[in-house]
Formats: sequence, structure tokens, C-alpha cells
Amino acid sequence: YFYIFRAIDEDRKTKYRAAVKIQRWFRACRVRAYLRHLSKMAILIQKWWRGYLRRKHFREIVERAYFIKKLKFYNEMAVRIQKMWRGYYVRKYIHNFYALKKYLEAVSVNNMLVRSELQEYAEMKENEEKMKDLEKKEKEKKYQARKMHYLLSTEQIPGIYNSPFRKSPDPMELLLRKSKPLIHRKQQVKSPFAYELYDWPTCKKPPAFVTSLPLLPADRQKPQGPFRDPAEVLWQRYKPLEPTLRVRESFNSPPAKARAGTRREEWRNPIHDNEFLPFSTYHKNVEKYEPSLRRSGKYGREAYGTKHFREVYPKKWIADKDFETLFSSIVLFEKFGKTYSSTGQIV
Amino acid sequence: NSGVVCLLRPLLLDVVPSVRQTAALALGRLADYDVDLAEAVVKAGILPQLICSLPEENRYYKKTAAFVLRAIAKHSPQLAQAVVQCGALEMLVICLEDFDPGVKEGASWAFGYIARHNPELSQAVVDAGAVPLLVLCIQEPEIALKRIAASTLSDISKHSPELAQTVVDAGAIAHLAQMIPNPDAKLKRQVLSALSQIAKHSVDLAELVVEAEIFPVVLTCLKDSDEYVKKNGATLIREIAKHTPELSQLIVNSGGVAAVIDCIGSCRGTVRLPGIMTLGYVAAHSEDLSMAVIVSKGIPPLSVCLIEEHEDHIKAAAAWALGQIGRHTAEHARHVAVANVLPTLLDIFVDTRSSEDLKMKATLKNILQKCTYLPALEPLLHEAPPSIMKHIIGQFSKVLPHDTKARRLFVTTGGLKKVQEIKAEPGSLLQEYINTINNCYPEEIVR
Repeated sequence: YFYIFRAIDEDRKTKYRAAVKIQRWFRACRVRAYLRHLSKMAILIQKWWRGYLRRKHFREIVERAYFIKKLKFYNEMAVRIQKMWRGYYVRKYIHNFYALKKYLEAVSVNNMLVRSELQEYAEMKENEEKMKDLEKKEKEKKYQARKMHYLLSTEQIPGIYNSPFRKSPDPMELLLRKSKPLIHRKQQVKSPFAYELYDWPTCKKPPAFVTSLPLLPADRQKPQGPFRDPAEVLWQRYKPLEPTLRVRESFNSPPAKARAGTRREEWRNPIHDNEFLPFSTYHKNVEKYEPSLRRSGKYGREAYGTKHFREVYPKKWIADKDFETLFSSIVLFEKFGKTYSSTGQIV
Repeated sequence: NSGVVCLLRPLLLDVVPSVRQTAALALGRLADYDVDLAEAVVKAGILPQLICSLPEENRYYKKTAAFVLRAIAKHSPQLAQAVVQCGALEMLVICLEDFDPGVKEGASWAFGYIARHNPELSQAVVDAGAVPLLVLCIQEPEIALKRIAASTLSDISKHSPELAQTVVDAGAIAHLAQMIPNPDAKLKRQVLSALSQIAKHSVDLAELVVEAEIFPVVLTCLKDSDEYVKKNGATLIREIAKHTPELSQLIVNSGGVAAVIDCIGSCRGTVRLPGIMTLGYVAAHSEDLSMAVIVSKGIPPLSVCLIEEHEDHIKAAAAWALGQIGRHTAEHARHVAVANVLPTLLDIFVDTRSSEDLKMKATLKNILQKCTYLPALEPLLHEAPPSIMKHIIGQFSKVLPHDTKARRLFVTTGGLKKVQEIKAEPGSLLQEYINTINNCYPEEIVR
């Protein structure tokens, strides 16, 4: 028995266990299927919901993306325009290469001009200096020649500079012949004002004599009255003599003597003494003497102007008296007509 | 010193006028000769006696008194101050109003010596009302008087802008400008120096000077036969050029740069200095102006100056001017380098005898930083000290990566070898440059 019951019991337990297993497994399957179903539903709902949401926002997103794309494009284009403009502007106005080049060329041309002008100016100055020196030397030479005028050669004795062995005289000889002999006496009176006027034209010594007074006594009392400015007076007084050509020529010079010669000839030689005698009918008719109206009267010349000057009408006198002269009359005129009488009567 | 001053003192109050005059003349000559004598004259209290009777005296006495005052004032500021404190300025103004040009000359000379020392004394001279009278003196026909008046105005206006403005307000500029074409050399010196002292203070004063139409005329002064006229003319142009680019532009447009360059070429010594500085100032303002300086052939005279001159400050000025020309762009630096100036600059830099300001490190650095003209840089590579080497190598490293021909030249002239020999700390700028250079070449050549 025990073994049979145990076998039946174990059999029963095994079958019970198997049933539990089967039921367990089946229930698990059912639960699993249910969970699967649930998750599938959840997924479905979420899927539809998310799609809906996204579709709602899709348009905005597309618009935004489009807008950004447009903006980028515009930016690109704007950059391109700005790039071109800035390049143009800088090249034309701020840093114009060609203008700069032209300017530099102009500067160099201008420099060349300036340099040449300055060179000319420097040369001119040098020439002036040289001319001044030359003139000074000339002056010196002439002065020396005037001083040593006695070295001139005469007819008999040849001078130092006119040696007989030379073909032509020395230039000094020619200079001596040309120059006037120096007179020392008048040499001292060189008016200080005159010399400065003839100084070489560099304005080194401008005519200062006009404003600077000569050495008057230090505490001289200035004379009262409307006197001219002493500087002016002195300038006028010491004005250098500038005689005309005719006056400047000395009386003894050869041309003057030659002129005197011809004058004497003319005086000696003429046929008539009256050169301008009337010789034609023109003179007879035109150049007749017509006396002036004042001096011509009915019967020839009036006595006025020759016999008497002042007319006297005693009938018209008021007080039986002639004019009383206040001043003493001029003695010479009183003696008019009475100095020499025709019959020798002495007044 | 044997009591002469005390003996002369009673003679100043003598009845006879010529005795007074001669005593004053003696005192003037004593004071003129020596500082101690001048101080003795001041201490003996002669100045009040000299001055008190001045208005009634004749012109010879006035001239002599002005001579005494000038002789005392010229030695030192303290003596000039003593002269001013005695009330001499009013008397000198009375002398300036006198008719005789000799008296005016003496008075303006005395004013000049007083105003020379310091701004306070110049201010005292201006306060005494001397400036309009001096301007009148300039218009007088006598040349000596014009000279002295111009030098006095120059001494007054050199101290400060206000004094210069006072001189300008009295209408001095027009008259000074009219006298520039005058043939007398000493007068031109003084006039040019007066104008340059006025122009140096501010832009407005410089513009006023320029408006007086000095420009083409001043250039003729640069061709004068007298050295100091040239120097003062160059100084005037320098003072005008240094203020603004517009004024420098004006100078360039009127051909002033060419004249200054010729002037530098024709002189020797300190006379060149203002001309060199003018070029430096003009070139410093902008690159167009420095290009204009280059085009006017400015670099050769400057390099000649650098090589020839012995004086330190002239060489320093020439180096500075070259630096200003070359520092703007690569083009400018190329022009400077082509003139073969860099080796000279480097020699001066390396030379241990030259002074600090001559070394002018900034000049060399500025030029080198812009210089891309490699043939000129090559010789420097072999000789330069480390501080300069950095810049040279930097320049090579900028140019070599792009230019094949230059690379070939670099190798053939042995530059690459030299570069390898340089030891540099890793990570320093120099090492980076060396690396850049080495990277341009294939490995075999580098080793």
C-alpha cells in the first residue's frame, strides 16, 4: 500500500505541478500579450500625437529655415557689394595710386624747376659779384691813370708805356691818353652825400643822407619859426651838379675852339651886314610897319611914351593942387627929359 | 680794478658834457671786457646816475649810455636783472623814440642783450612797450639798425608763445618777410632767425608766418653764399614743417624739399643739421610725403652725411631722418635699403664707441620691420648682434615661404648655413622664425 499511495501521491503531485506550470506559463503568455498590446497602443498614440505636433510646427521651421537662407544669401551679396565699393573708394579717394604717382611726378618736375631757378639765381649772384669786382678794379685803374698822367708820352720823349720796341703802345698808355689829369686841390671836397648816390646798386648804402644830419654843434639852439627841415636843405644844397652837355664842355676844349673858329669866319666873311634884308614883294606888302593903336594918334605919333608919361589936366584939379606924392619920387624919373637939353642948358 | 670805477663815478656828474660822455664810454668799455668789472660797475651804484639825466642829454651821451647798459647786461641774467631794476627800460624806450639812428641802434642792442637771458626779462622788456618801437625801427632805412632790431625781436620771441604772439600782434611778420630778399647777408641771418623763433611755438604762429608769403623767396636764401643764412633758412623751414602734415605738404608743393636737399649737399658740418631735421620731419608725417622726399632724391645726401660727418649729433639726426623715411611701408624701406644705408647703420650700432642716442635702435628696427628687399638684408645676416638678428630672421621668414627665387638665392649665398649656426632657445620667437625658414626647404638641404 504505502508504495502505491506514494506513487499515486507523487503522480498526483507531478500532475499538479505540471498543471501549475502550464497554467503559469499560459497566464504569463496572456500577460505578455496584454503588455505587448498595451505598449503597441501607447506607441501608436504617441506616434500620432508627435506627428501632429511636428506637423503643426513644421511650417514655422520651414519658414525660419527659408528666412535664414535668404538672409545668408543677402549677406553674401551685401558683402560682395561692400567689398567692391570699399575697394573702389579706397583706391580712388584715400589711397589713389595713380594720383599719388602723378603727384610724385609733379613734385619731381617742380623740384627740377625750383632747382634750375635756384641755380640761375646763384649764378646771377655770382655774376653780380664778379661784375662788382671788375668795376672796382676798373675804377682803381682809372684813378691810378689819372694820378700818373704825367707818365704820358710826349712828341719827343716816349713814355714808360710806349716803348719804341713795341709794335703798339701798352693799354696803360691808351688809358693815360684817355684820362683827365687829377687836380689834388679839389679832391678833398668830396661831398659825402653825393658819393653814396653813385655807389654800386646793391642798396648797401641807401641814400641815408636824407635823414642823417651832418655834424652840427651838439647844443645848437634850434631856430624858431617855420624853417625847412635842415636835412632837406642840405640835400638840396649839396645836390651834385648835373650840367648839360653844352655847359659841361670846357671853354678850352678842342670842339669849343673849333666852334669859335667858325664863328670868326662867319663874322669875317659875309657880304651883307644885314642878312635878312627884304628882297621880295612879300616883304613890301606884309611886313610893313604898323604902329600900335596906343601910340598912334591923328597927327602922327602921340607924345605919350616919349615926351611925357603922365597926363596932367589942371582944370580938373579940385584944390588947385597937383597930386601930393607921399613917397619921394624916384630921382631918375624926375630928371626925365630934363637931363640933357638941346641947347646945352644944364639943369 | 684799482678803484677806476670810483674815480670815474664823479666824472659822470661833471658840468662839461663831453667829459660825461667820455666817462660813460670808459665805463662801457670796462664793463664790456670782463664780468667782474661789470659787477663792480653795478655795485658802485653807477647805473641810477647814468640813467637819471638821460632824457635831457644829447645823442652822443644817449648812445654811450646805451652801450654801457648793453655791456653790463650781456654777461649774465643777474646783471641784466640789476640793469632792469634800476629803471633802465623806460630810459631805453625814450632812446628808442629818438631820431638819431645810432641812438636807436644802441638802445635796441641793449634791449636784445637783456631779453636774451630768460623769459621774465623778455616779459619786462615787452611790458616797457619796446616792441612797437622795435617794429618801427625795422622799417628804418639804415641796415645796421634793421639788423639789430631784427635780432632783438628774435631774442624776445624765442622764449614763449605769448611773447611771440606779442611780437606778431605788433605787425612784425610783414616787415620781416619784406626784408628777406634784401642782399645784405647779416640782415638776412637775423630776419630768418626771428621768423623761425616766432614760427616754432605753435601751429597758428607757423601758419601766420607762412601766410606772409615767404615761400618761394625763402628758397633763394638757401642758395646764398653765406653759410649761416643757409642754416637759418633751413631752420625756418624746419620749424614750419614740424607742426602739421598740411604745412609739410605746402613745403613740398612749393619745391622746398628740393632746395633743402641741395642745401644739405652743398654744406659741411653743423650747418647741415637743420636741413636734415627738416627732411626727417617732413617724412615723418605721412607716407605720401616721405615718398615725395624719396622722389626728390633725398636719400643719397642723407647717406653721405651719415658716412662723412664726424659729429655725433649730426649722424644721429641723419640716422633718425632715414628711419622716418623708411618706416612707412615696404616700398619706402626698399628705397632706403637700395641706397646701401643699412650696413652703415649696423656698423654704427655695433660700434662700442658711439653714444646711446647714436645707436638709434628704433631706427634700425623700424626700417628692418618693413624691409622685404632681401639682397640688402643678406650682408646684415652675417654681422648682426642677436637683438637685430631677431628682426632680420623674422623678415626672412615672412618672405621666403612665398618666393622660390629668393629661396634659391638664400641657399646659394650661404644664408641658410648661417641660419643653422644660430643658437636660439626653443620656444622663443627666434626659434619659430628659424623653424619657418627650415620648413621651406627639403630635409636634406637643411642637414
